[in-house]
Amino acid sequence: MNAVRDTGLIFHNHVRQNLRNPTWVIILVVQPLLYLVLFGPLLENLGAAYAGGVDPWLVFTPGMILMIAIFGSAFAGFGMVVELRSGVIERERVTPASRTALLLGRVAKDVLVLLMQSLLLVAIAVLAFGVRPSPAGLALTLLLIALVGAGFASASYMLALRTRSEGGMASVLNSITVPLLLLSGILLPMTLAPGWLEGISRANPLSYTVDAIRALFAGEFAASEVAVGSAVTVVVAVLLAVAGARTFRRDNA
Amino acid sequence: MITARNLARTFTTRSGPVEAVRGVDIDVAEGEIVGLLGPNGAGKTTTLRMLTTLLGATGGEATVAGHDLRRDPRGVRSSIGYVAQGGASLDEAVVIEELVLQARLFGLSKTAALVNAEELVTTFGLRDLRQRACKQLSGGQRRRVDISLGLVHRPRLIFLDEPTTGLDPQSRTNLWEHIRKLRAGGVTIVLTTHYLDEADALCDRVLVMDQGTIVAEGSPDELKQRITGDIVTIELAGTEHVDLHDEHTLHDDTFDEGAQPGRPKLHSRTDDVVQVARAAVDVRSTLVEHHRIHVTVDRGDQSIIPLLRALDAAGINIAAITMKRPSLDDVFLTVTGRSLSDAEQDVAPAAA
Ligand SMILES: Nc1ncnc2c1ncn2[C@@H]1O[C@H](COP(=O)(O)OP(=O)(O)OP(=O)(O)O)[C@@H](O)[C@H]1O
Ligand SMILES: [Mg+2]
Repeated sequence: MNAVRDTGLIFHNHVRQNLRNPTWVIILVVQPLLYLVLFGPLLENLGAAYAGGVDPWLVFTPGMILMIAIFGSAFAGFGMVVELRSGVIERERVTPASRTALLLGRVAKDVLVLLMQSLLLVAIAVLAFGVRPSPAGLALTLLLIALVGAGFASASYMLALRTRSEGGMASVLNSITVPLLLLSGILLPMTLAPGWLEGISRANPLSYTVDAIRALFAGEFAASEVAVGSAVTVVVAVLLAVAGARTFRRDNA
Repeated sequence: MITARNLARTFTTRSGPVEAVRGVDIDVAEGEIVGLLGPNGAGKTTTLRMLTTLLGATGGEATVAGHDLRRDPRGVRSSIGYVAQGGASLDEAVVIEELVLQARLFGLSKTAALVNAEELVTTFGLRDLRQRACKQLSGGQRRRVDISLGLVHRPRLIFLDEPTTGLDPQSRTNLWEHIRKLRAGGVTIVLTTHYLDEADALCDRVLVMDQGTIVAEGSPDELKQRITGDIVTIELAGTEHVDLHDEHTLHDDTFDEGAQPGRPKLHSRTDDVVQVARAAVDVRSTLVEHHRIHVTVDRGDQSIIPLLRALDAAGINIAAITMKRPSLDDVFLTVTGRSLSDAEQDVAPAAA
C-alpha cells in the first residue's frame, strides 16, 4: 500500500516537473512528426519489397512507435544523473519510502510520456497518411510499447546509477541502442536480410516485439508472432525492471 | 539515541583501498547536540552517511533511534532527518513543492506536509521565495531550503552535514537558534562543522575526527582547556609603508624607522607594548613580528578593552587591534601535534 502511494508521489512530482518544462512539450510533438514526414514517404516507393503487399504505413507506423519507445526511454537516465548530482536521489533514499517506488514512480512517468507520444504519432499517421490500424490491435500495441518503455527506462536508470555521468551514459547507450535498432527490423523488415543477419537479429528480443506489434496493427491476433512477441516483451521488461530495482536498493549505489 | 561500535568504511578505488572511517565508537544520548569536528577528508560525511543508511558499513555495528542499522534500515530512515553537505534540491523544482514532497515521502498527509512546509519557510526566511524555482535562489537561500528539506517531517533525530557553510552571519545565528529550539523540544542533533565557534555555541559534546578516527572527545569547554588561548594582535601606528615617504623621510629612503625624527626606535616601542600588555591583562605569551605584537591571552574578548585603555594611557599609538579566537586548527594542533591546515599534507610542524 505504502509502496503504491510513494510511487504515486514520485510519479506526480515528475509529471509536474515535465509539464513545467516547455522544451519537453515541443520534443513530444515534433519528434514523431519528423519520423513520419521525413522517413515514411521513402517507404512508399519500396513497394512490395518492404511491406509484402500490405499498406507500407501499416508496417512502418508500429516500427516508429517502437523506435520512440527505445530512444525516449533509454535516455531517461540522463535526468537521473542530474538528480544524483544535485542530491535529490540521496534525499529520497533517506526517507522510509520504498526504493523500488522511487524507481517505479519515475518509470511510470516515462511510460506516460511515451504513450502520449505514441498516440500522437498514430493520430498523425491516421489523419495524414490514411493508416487504418485495428483498434484492438492498437490498444494491445500500446500495452507492449508501455512494457518496452518501462524496461528500457529501468535499464537507463540503472545505467545512470552505475555511471553517474552523462559522458559515461552516452557512450554505453550509443554502443547498445544502435545495434539493437539495426538488428530489430524496425527500420526495414528482416525479411530483406541475408540469412546470417537474420540469424543474429533473432537474438535480439526487440525483433520479436516488432513482429508482434506489426501483426497486431494488421489485426492478425491469431498469428504466432503475437504470442511469442508478447511473451518475450513481458519477460525482458520484468527482468530489466527487477535489475533496476535491485540497483536502486543497494545501500551504496 | 545512537550507539555505534567500531563502525568502519573502506572504499575501494582504482588506486587501492581508502580507509575513510577506521572503527569509531559513537554514543549520543537523547536530546543531545553532538558535533563532529575535523579537517577535510577526516571521515565526517562518511560517518553520517553510514548512520543514515545511505552507505553500507564495511565493519562494526550501530543502533540508531532504536533500530539496528543493518537489520532494519527502513526503521532507521523513518526516524531521522538528514541534511547533506552538498545540497538536496533540484534546479527546476519549486521550493514549497520540494518541501511538501519530502514530508509526504516520510508518510505525512498532504495537509500535515503543507502545514510543516509553510512553518519552515517562515522560520528560515523563505516565505517570499517559496514559489520560486530552486535555481532562482542565492547560494545561502538554497542552503536554507536544503536544511528545511531535512527538517520538514519533524524528525526526532537529525543529522546535519556542515549546515552553516555558505550562510551569512544572520542566517547562521538564526539556524543556531532553531537548532537550540529543536533541542529544547527534545530533538537529538548530530552535526559536522569546521568551526570551533559553531561547535562551541551549539554542541553539548564534540568529537574531533582525523583520518577516520576520533582523536578527542568532550564538551567544548573541556576541549578548549587544551587550547593555548586567544591571540590578540596589536599593530603599531606610524609604521606603514606610506610613512616612509612622507615629508620627514623623503630624503632618507631606508626602512630604518629609528631614523625618523621625533620617533622612538621601533623595537623599543614594541617592547613598551609588551610591557604594558603584561601589566594590563593575564598574558600567556607574546610574539613580536616587525610592527605587530601577538599577545596570547585566556580570553581575548575580555582582554581587548583593558589592553586598549592601558596602551592609550601609556601614550602608545596603535593602528589596529584584532583578535583571533582559538580555531579548530589550534584544537587540532593540541590534540594531534599537527596543524589542521597541514593535515592533508604530510608536514608535521614542530608544535609547541
Ligand atoms: N565514494 C568514495 N570513494 C572513495 N573514497 C571516498 C569516497 N567518499 C569519500 N572518500 C574518501 O574518504 C575520506 C573521508 O571523506 P569524507 O567525505 O567522509 O570527509 P569529511 O570529513 O566529510 O570531509 P569534508 O570536511 O571535506 O567534508 C576522504 O579521504 C575521501 O577522499
Ligand atoms: Mg564532509
